[in-house]
Amino acid sequence: MPLNPQKALTNARLLDPATGLDVLGGLLVDGRTITDFGQGLFKDGTPDGAEVIDCGGHCLIPGLVDIRAHLGEPGHEQKETLATAGRAAAAGGVTSIVCLPDTEPAIDDMSGVEFVARRARKLGLAKVYPYAAVTKNLEGKELAELGMLADAGAVAFTDALNPIADAQLMRRALSYAKTFGLLIAQHPEEPSLSKGSSMNAGETATRLGLVGNPAEAEVIMVERDIRIVELTGGRLHFAHLSTAAAINAVRLAKARGLAITCDTAPPYFALNEMAVGDYRTFAKLSPPLRAEADRQAVIEGLKDGTIDAVASDHLPQDEESKRLPFAEAAPGGVGIQSLLAITLELYHNGHMDLITALDLITRKSAELMALPAGRLSKGAAADLTLIDPNRGWKISEKTLVSKSKNSPFDGRPVQGQALMTVVDGRIIHDVLNIEVR
Amino acid sequence: MNTDACAPDDDALAYRRRHLLGIEGLSPVEITTLLDRSESYVEQNRQVDKKKTVLRGRTIINLFFEDSTRTRTSFELAGKRLGGDVINMSVSNSSVKKGETLVDTSMTLNAMHPDVLVVRHPQSGAVKLLSEKVNCAVINGGDGAHEHPTQALLDALTIRRRLGHLDGLTVAICGDILHSRVARSNIHLLNTMGTRVRLIAPETLLPTDIERMGAEVFHDMKQGLEDVDIVMMLRLQRERMRGNFFPSIREYFHFFGLDYEKLSAAKEHALIMHPGPMNRGVEIDSEVADDFGRSVIREQVEMGVAVRMAALEILTQNLDDPELRTV
Repeated sequence: MPLNPQKALTNARLLDPATGLDVLGGLLVDGRTITDFGQGLFKDGTPDGAEVIDCGGHCLIPGLVDIRAHLGEPGHEQKETLATAGRAAAAGGVTSIVCLPDTEPAIDDMSGVEFVARRARKLGLAKVYPYAAVTKNLEGKELAELGMLADAGAVAFTDALNPIADAQLMRRALSYAKTFGLLIAQHPEEPSLSKGSSMNAGETATRLGLVGNPAEAEVIMVERDIRIVELTGGRLHFAHLSTAAAINAVRLAKARGLAITCDTAPPYFALNEMAVGDYRTFAKLSPPLRAEADRQAVIEGLKDGTIDAVASDHLPQDEESKRLPFAEAAPGGVGIQSLLAITLELYHNGHMDLITALDLITRKSAELMALPAGRLSKGAAADLTLIDPNRGWKISEKTLVSKSKNSPFDGRPVQGQALMTVVDGRIIHDVLNIEVR
Repeated sequence: MNTDACAPDDDALAYRRRHLLGIEGLSPVEITTLLDRSESYVEQNRQVDKKKTVLRGRTIINLFFEDSTRTRTSFELAGKRLGGDVINMSVSNSSVKKGETLVDTSMTLNAMHPDVLVVRHPQSGAVKLLSEKVNCAVINGGDGAHEHPTQALLDALTIRRRLGHLDGLTVAICGDILHSRVARSNIHLLNTMGTRVRLIAPETLLPTDIERMGAEVFHDMKQGLEDVDIVMMLRLQRERMRGNFFPSIREYFHFFGLDYEKLSAAKEHALIMHPGPMNRGVEIDSEVADDFGRSVIREQVEMGVAVRMAALEILTQNLDDPELRTV
């Protein structure tokens, strides 16, 4: 076997959201990179010695880019490891992950950034790019060494599920980050309003006797931070927006030309607070699942571009953390493996066309974090996913690869699956055993 | 709604559930069944010989994760009067925090083959979670701010015995609705039985969208009490309050404490109820609480034992129903 065998991916529907390309054709991989692709690429046959992979007419797209996931390592290995998350990502067609720094210890120094990057490289599954903490130990008090962390490989900065609550600290963080052109990501929630809460405030919370987290807790922080962006000229990204009011605030801020971006996660456009039902702790998320009107506003925000991208918000929790009274249960849901299928609901339900839906989890998410990923281009790393957008499967304990099974979509039949996932020219996931020599 | 008591075997058929976890979702027939059965025990409890044997051989565990004297005692008496073996287990929060989870505790107790678990827990939903892990019947003795079904039933029984029916009446529930499982269970029960529900409280003690559960909201006692048949006061749960729900006890009593002046808006013979324990001079004036003619607070306690006897009896009968065996 030659050192860098060529792979000829034939009979593929090439879909590249970045360019709008949508043709039947082929793609040639040489070693780790894409060397050529297009309609009729192999019309005169595939190169001698190349491995030929017949894609069976399925969609060949850039590997998915997930810009928000908790990967468990170091410190929470009982919930997830880089290996188990990597396999879940592969099964979900994800080839690049930006992981959160709320590990133990927190990723707030260079060794943490390097540890994660090195471990992930060794595994050879999805590529992992760490976020680093904005403040030391995510405590919201002292700034972490943002500049040196960026040099070590941190792609952006966030205190994960801890909002940066102190306005002066946020001001300093944005100003200082501006010095180096760094991006801060905020979990927008006014903590004094959400304290003690376990689900969205409203009739359901009242009926269940649970303390509610009002939608206002999100928009208040978003509006405050927009002002601080104006004050500092920094770049700010809002993670997992869940409410109509917050999305509208971002819409207006963008119209004013501020350097503000945001994402949301699949639960916020595919579920609402009713999913909590009778104290289903798998539906306990942070931010909480909101009202139906909010869910619809999230879809509108995705359609009109106010929301830039969709991230999985993958947050594994073991049984011990979820089999508790609702208020005591840990928030979060696994999502990396279902990112594609739930995002494709936007397409299947007629909200947007296929390529626009895919854009939200490829090119646009990569651009937000300035990652070299998310598009089909010659010379780029061969990070690819072959998908069947219609193939049905059911999200369940049985199908989920992640070490933890706490999906808010547990039991949901979905459409859209990654058939094959390729990272740097290596096949790391292959449902159909379609590889042919 | 006051129907004649059915034969015991029919009651088990009318309330075909393994557990009593809440009032929400119960039908008028189910509620009436429970009330009718309770009614039959009121008289018996007034006799010298109060003891029956329907629970002979049955084990009831009172599992209380939260302090309680009256509810626990009431269940204990109810179980013993029916001839059952009653064990009280108080699990303070601190020992739970030593490691054993609620699910572990339930599985441990389940292995001892109790027939009924009566559970009180400070967290909403905890009793339901526990009920999913055990083979016995479970009675919710109060979970967080969610439900306290036997309290609502004993309140309904008290009203029904005094006024003859529940439908068409108007009840004002006053005070700390926010933290109250009693209020929620009562709202469900009274709505189901055709009783109009009013809530009177400062805005800070009303949970979001509470009116959607079927209640009219008032912020003024005299307006809210206008022409009501029953005034149901709630205990101000100061132990659950962190933060400024109101400025002072003095101000609270001034606007929301029940005294004769405010009570004058209600119907002349309006009943005064309170689930206890009372904070005299906080939510209720002593004079009103002790008004022999109108306050039915002690009667509520009496009805409590009868209601719990009925619940224990029906649930243990249902234990033998093969269709209810697996949850």
